[in-house]
Amino acid sequence: MSLTLEQVRRVAHLARIEISDAEAQSTLGHLTGIFALIEEMQAVDTAGITPMAHAQDLAQRLREDRVTETDQRAAFQAVAPETEGGLYLVPQVIE
Amino acid sequence: MITRNLSALAQALAGKEISSVELTQLYLDRIARLNPQLNAFITVDAEKSLAQARAADQRLAAGKGCPLTGIPFAQKDIFCAKGWRTTCGSKMLGNFTSPYDATVIAKFDAAGAVNIGKTNMDEFAMGSSNESSFFGPVKNPWDISRVPGGSSGGSAAAVAALLAPAATGTDTGGSIRQPAALCNLTGLKPTYGVVSRYGMIAFASSLDQAGPMARSAEDCALMLNAMAGFDERDSTSLDRPTEDYCAELRTDVGNKPLAGLKIGLPREFFGEGCTPEVMQLVEAALAEYRKLGAETVDISLPNMKLSVPAYYVIAPAEASSNLSRFDGVRYGYRAPNYSDLNDMYSKSRAQGFGAEVKRRILIGAYVLSHGYYDAYYLQAQRIRRLIANDFVAAFKQCDVIMGPTSPSTAFKLGEKAADPVQMYLSDIYTIAVNLAGLPGMSIPCGLAQGLPAGLQLIGDYFDEARLLNVAHRYQQVTGWHLQHPAELA
Repeated sequence: MSLTLEQVRRVAHLARIEISDAEAQSTLGHLTGIFALIEEMQAVDTAGITPMAHAQDLAQRLREDRVTETDQRAAFQAVAPETEGGLYLVPQVIE
Repeated sequence: MITRNLSALAQALAGKEISSVELTQLYLDRIARLNPQLNAFITVDAEKSLAQARAADQRLAAGKGCPLTGIPFAQKDIFCAKGWRTTCGSKMLGNFTSPYDATVIAKFDAAGAVNIGKTNMDEFAMGSSNESSFFGPVKNPWDISRVPGGSSGGSAAAVAALLAPAATGTDTGGSIRQPAALCNLTGLKPTYGVVSRYGMIAFASSLDQAGPMARSAEDCALMLNAMAGFDERDSTSLDRPTEDYCAELRTDVGNKPLAGLKIGLPREFFGEGCTPEVMQLVEAALAEYRKLGAETVDISLPNMKLSVPAYYVIAPAEASSNLSRFDGVRYGYRAPNYSDLNDMYSKSRAQGFGAEVKRRILIGAYVLSHGYYDAYYLQAQRIRRLIANDFVAAFKQCDVIMGPTSPSTAFKLGEKAADPVQMYLSDIYTIAVNLAGLPGMSIPCGLAQGLPAGLQLIGDYFDEARLLNVAHRYQQVTGWHLQHPAELA
């Protein structure tokens, strides 16, 4: 397969990364090289092989439903770009 | 003092030969003098380090010290440390002061260790040369025109140049072992799940694992004792009995300490691809191992060559998901000008991430997108299983696997920076270990034209103690790990 400029723009949009035409062009070149490497996988017959998502086959641990954390909102919001009254501020999305 | 190992430093502190404040100051002075050339540290905070040193001195005076109390350690800037700027090598977190401690940091604190500074790294740990850091490349102290490896390149350069007795690193595809090899250090990536990932900024969550980078297996064992352990805050942390990784190292076993040990040599590690000078040093190390009583057996890891392609699907897929948290809302960089919410996300991420991070996010978004998921992501996961199965089969024939860590010694700054594929292939011997979740080490095995080469040791699951012992027995009869680069002017 070969990637197109349009696909690069589309994934950049999906990933919410603004991309200029020049960047899209150079990214296309790099990604084409990387996908040539990745395509080596396609020659392998993996029928019947269970996909391995994780290094250890473990079930997710459960814990008791109780409060364990203390309120650290002020500390956590101190590193935010913009807050007001304990809320994170973002550009208005609803008129 | 600066060439002593961790136990000797602990002894010097216990015997009041030096105080932790003096020792910390000694390293701070070296950092002030030499870091401008190496760029190994992103953040140094003398006041904070010295406050920890003073507390350590009090603890030692009260007789409550433990093996790491009062010793300075460099911390990779991927670990959140409360009150410290924690950047992960990225502009995105250039202004981020962590409000909490990673478990690894908390464990060093609990042991009374001193944080001597946060080390430079490839941006979000994505790289093999430390050239993708927003804070500039790190130089290899063995030759400052060359890379230290990556992504834990700052940690490697700091320890190699004696700017810290030891350091932490993280390894997603080789990021502890490859820089250890290129800077003449001993580095250990534990079995996935042995060291907590809590507060360690995530790159590829099913592969990331933290470990020690030091000047000997003994030092790594001491550090792993402090770093390992179950953590309920990490959902993939393994609840296992506590081990003393130093115990086996202390036993006296005569002149054939490794009698009966079977070392597997995968033919895929010994074919083409490795430079002859590195291969020669690896072969010499294997000869040394035979003298120690070990026998070598030929094995095969037939799917090894697929590890790089599979990794460059799985790791970017996980990264694209993990890095979606950087949106300019709750922490990190926000673009100064934008028109609406989506524009704010897109501009903040475009301006906050560097080129390699963006590339990997785009690869990840692509392989996870509709219509490509099965062909790429699931296929990569199936190949991951084949690779893990290869190791399971191999460990029926041997106790430990050996080969080169990196196909070459340190390359020149800029040499591979323009070609991502060439850069990716520098991790060809290390990536399979992460995909399988196995423990791996790199130990120094000699110099080629004045540049260090690493021998890689791969163990079965939870065989850290054996790996450390196998490394230690080699280091007892050889001196490569004790070599350090000429002092920079």
